[in-house]
Amino acid sequence: MSAVGDVFMPEVGAGKLHVLAVDDSHVDRKVIERLLKISSCKVTVVESGSRALQYLGLDGEKSSIGFDSVKVNLIMTDYSMPGMTGYELLKKIKESSVFREVPVVVMSSENILTRIDSCLEEGAEEFLLKPVKLSDVKRVTDFIMKGEGKKSVKKSHKRSRSDDCTPPSISTAFSSVSHPCDVSLPASPSTFHSKKSRLSI
Amino acid sequence: MDKTHSRRQVAAIKHSLFDQGYLDEQFIQLEELQDDANPNFVEEIVTLYYRDSSRLISNLDHALERNPLDFNKLDTIMHQFKGSSSSIGAKKVKAECTLFREYCRTRNGEGCRRSFQQMKKEYATLRKKLETYFQLARQAGPQETAFPPK
Repeated sequence: MSAVGDVFMPEVGAGKLHVLAVDDSHVDRKVIERLLKISSCKVTVVESGSRALQYLGLDGEKSSIGFDSVKVNLIMTDYSMPGMTGYELLKKIKESSVFREVPVVVMSSENILTRIDSCLEEGAEEFLLKPVKLSDVKRVTDFIMKGEGKKSVKKSHKRSRSDDCTPPSISTAFSSVSHPCDVSLPASPSTFHSKKSRLSI
Repeated sequence: MDKTHSRRQVAAIKHSLFDQGYLDEQFIQLEELQDDANPNFVEEIVTLYYRDSSRLISNLDHALERNPLDFNKLDTIMHQFKGSSSSIGAKKVKAECTLFREYCRTRNGEGCRRSFQQMKKEYATLRKKLETYFQLARQAGPQETAFPPK
């Protein structure tokens, strides 16, 4: 049925990382967009958590079956936003079987340890202090690029199994069961640096 | 000859903005994001900042007129304003924002009002100085960051 799902789409080797940036500040959106473009990324910027979920198709509006998920390699979100915080957005992304493997980086102007801890514990890749520097963005995107390079071979395998995957909405029930889509997931956490040691404080 | 003089002027203004504490490292970070394709990026960001933050300042003005003061709300608005100020490297403005938030924390209404007035002064002063700086920078043409042109 889903012909698109079976076609091997060239991953990072051919193209750029696609980053979704979320921030309620117009100034910060402009800055992060520029930082990401300089770091050779394709960028989509949205102003809120709910917009981000909408973009990802996680807002419950679209049926998950047959919906060709937008392809995002990294999500960078501000922490303090009206409505949905970056932390809440992070949780929603990690709850989704479609997007839970997408690295999420949280940004905040406030250096609050409990905040940093809860984000990392919830699965954030990194926590960046604002104002975010080009070196921070380059480091993160470089790291993701390397990870994606390893994943791309496995991804084509995963894609061919996509028809067998159960819809994301009941993914949590399957978290403990060996899942067809899980077979081709990237290596264990040892592939990544210990998240806590990569804080940029 | 003219251009060299203009460039020196621009460099001097920039130098004094840093010396006098109006700007911090973040401003330099932004300048490093400029290139031939985006030569006015910093000016665009600063323009956006002043446009966007005027709304926040007006919200703060209104919130400070209420009785009793809603310190949580004041703090929330100021947090946003401080964030943007920090993003453009507005050092003195940011310092007043921090002070303001401290007064919110200690529920000191008078302190809030005082630091808000001071913040607005810094905000206006910086705006004028940056307008001059950008105008001269545009006239002087693309700058070399290190040594003056031969």
